[in-house]
Amino acid sequence: MCQAEEEYSDELGSAHVPSVSKKCVKCKEATAAVVIRAGDVYCRACFKEYYIHKFRATLGKNRVIFPGEKVLLAVSGGPSSCSMLHQVQEGLSQSVHKKLRFLPGIVYIDEGGAVGRSVEERLRTMAELQAVFKATGFQFYIVPLEEVLDLPGSVVVSALAPPERANSTYKAEVDHFMHSNCSTRSAPQDQDHEALPEVQESATQMLQQLMLSAKTLTARQNLLNTLRQHLLVHMARTRGYSKLMLGDSRTRLAVKLLTSLSLGRGAQLAQDTGFSDSRYGDIISVRPMRDHSAKEVFYYNHLFHVTFLFIPSLDTKQMTDKASVQRLTESFVTKLQEEFPSTVSTIYRTSEKLQTAGRCSSTGDQCERCLLCLCTLDTAVDDASAFQATLISEQLSQTAWPRVDRSKVAKHQGKPESTSFTAQYCSAKAGAQDCGGCCSFAKEPEPMDLRSLLCYSCQLTIRDMSSIEHLPPYILSEAQRRHRRCEMREEISEFLLDSGKDD
Amino acid sequence: MAAPLAIHLEFGGGAELLFSGVKEHHVTLPSQSEPWDVKQLLVWIQRNLLKERPELFVQGDSVRPGILVLINDADWELMGQLDYKLQDQDNVVFISTLHGG
Repeated sequence: MCQAEEEYSDELGSAHVPSVSKKCVKCKEATAAVVIRAGDVYCRACFKEYYIHKFRATLGKNRVIFPGEKVLLAVSGGPSSCSMLHQVQEGLSQSVHKKLRFLPGIVYIDEGGAVGRSVEERLRTMAELQAVFKATGFQFYIVPLEEVLDLPGSVVVSALAPPERANSTYKAEVDHFMHSNCSTRSAPQDQDHEALPEVQESATQMLQQLMLSAKTLTARQNLLNTLRQHLLVHMARTRGYSKLMLGDSRTRLAVKLLTSLSLGRGAQLAQDTGFSDSRYGDIISVRPMRDHSAKEVFYYNHLFHVTFLFIPSLDTKQMTDKASVQRLTESFVTKLQEEFPSTVSTIYRTSEKLQTAGRCSSTGDQCERCLLCLCTLDTAVDDASAFQATLISEQLSQTAWPRVDRSKVAKHQGKPESTSFTAQYCSAKAGAQDCGGCCSFAKEPEPMDLRSLLCYSCQLTIRDMSSIEHLPPYILSEAQRRHRRCEMREEISEFLLDSGKDD
Repeated sequence: MAAPLAIHLEFGGGAELLFSGVKEHHVTLPSQSEPWDVKQLLVWIQRNLLKERPELFVQGDSVRPGILVLINDADWELMGQLDYKLQDQDNVVFISTLHGG
C-alpha cells in the first residue's frame, strides 16, 4: 500500500519537472502550449483544431439541429457562452461541406437588476456586448431580466412537441439542404434595436423584492436560474426559434450535477445536465459546450482572443465557500480536480449515462409537471418512499413550531397586514403544513398552496422564500389555473369514464 | 545578485476584482540575491498588489484551485509551475475559472 502510494507520487512529481521544450503530442513538432489532461500536451495550432473539432463533433453526433433551423444562442457574456458564439461564427465561415447549417440568433439576458448592479454598470456591459454581437452579423436581442415580470402564463406550460423528425431523416435533410440552397446565409437583418432597452425602476425594484424574498443564497440562485430559463424559452418561442443553445461547459455541468443531486433534483438530473433537454416541448435546449472543460475554454479564449466579460453574479466575492450549496460544490469539485485531474470528466461521464425512467413521458399532460422547472413531478410516489418519510418527519418536527413566532416574524419584516393574517390563518387551518407554501391571492380569498404543483426540489426553494407574493404574475396565475383545473376535475370526476385520461 | 525584473501581469475572469478592478499591471521586481521564481512572485503579489481577501487568490504556496496561470501564453504546468525562474519581460496571466469570480 505504502509502496504503491510512493510510486504514484513519484510519477506525479516527475510530471512537474520543468519541460519547457515539450513537444505537442499531436503534430510532434511544435512546442506545446497547453496541458489538457495529465500528460497530453498540445501546441497552439493543434489545440485550436482539437477544440473546434470537439464542438462540431458534439453537434454532429447528436443530430438534433436540422439544416436551416433557427437556433437561439443564449450568451451571458461569460467565457463559455462567448466561446460558443465564436465557435458558431467559425463554423459558419467554413467552406460549404464543413459549414454549420443552422441560422443563429443571439439573446443576452441582463440580470443586473436581480444581482444589484447599478444602471450605469448594466448599460456599460450591454454596450460592450452589443459591440460584440454586432460584429457577428447575427440577429440579436438584449433583454433585461425585468421582462420576466410581464411574461404570459403559457411560458410555464410545456407546449406540444412538433411531430418528431426521425433520426433517419437527418441525413436526407442534410443532403437536400446541400443541393438546394447552400448559400442560405442569415442575411444580416436590420437591427431595429440600436438603442439599449430601458428598464423601469419600479420593475427593477419588484425584481429585487422577489430576489430578496428568497432567504438563502442557494434559493436565490435557484430562483434566478428558473426565471432566466423561463425568459429564454419565452424569447425563443416568440421570436420563432426552435432550439436554444446553452453554453454550459463540462466543468460547469459537473458542478451542476452534484449541486442538483444535493438539492433533491435526482429525478431531473438527466434533463438538467444532458446534451438536449425537451422539457418545454417545442423548444429544445442543447448544450454543445459540454465536452469542453473550463480550462480549455479559458485557454482558447485567451490564446485566440475571444472577447468575454466578467459579470458579477449573486455569489461574487462571497466571504466563504459555504455561502451556498452551488458555491460549495464548485469549490469541492475544483479542489478535487486539482489533485485528481480526472474528477470532472468522471462526473461528466456519469451524467452521460443518466436517463429518466419514463414514468410519464407524454408532453401534453400539464398537471404532472412542476410549475417552476417543468420537469415531470417526482412527488407522486408510493407511501413507503424516502420522499414520504421526509414529509412525515417534517410534519412531526413542525408541530412543535410555536405558531406565534411565524406571524411575529412576518410582522417584523414589515410585511402588509394581510400577509401575516394569512400566515396565521394558514397555520391555524393547515396546522402541521408549512406556511411558506400558502399565500393570499387578490382575487381568491383562499390561500394558495403551490407545493402540490412543484417537484420536490422546487418545493424546497419555495420554502426558503419568506413569501410567494413577489413571484411574477405569470407563475401565480398559472398556479391558480391549475388549481381550478384540479378542483373542476374532482367535481366532475364521477361523470368521467376514465379519470386518468381526461384533460 | 539578480538584476531587477520588469514583468507584465494580467488578471482576468473576475480575479481582477481583487486588484481594484485593474486587469493589467506592469511591475518591476526588485533585485534580490536569488533569481525570482513564481513562488516568490506570488508572495510579492500578495504583499504589494493584492487589495483584498488573499484567500480568494492564494492557497498555501500556490494559487487557489480554479485559477489558471499562463506564462508567456503557455500553460504554467509546462514551465515548472512554482519553480519557473522568471525572466525579464515575462508575461504572466492569472485567470479565475470560478463561477462568479
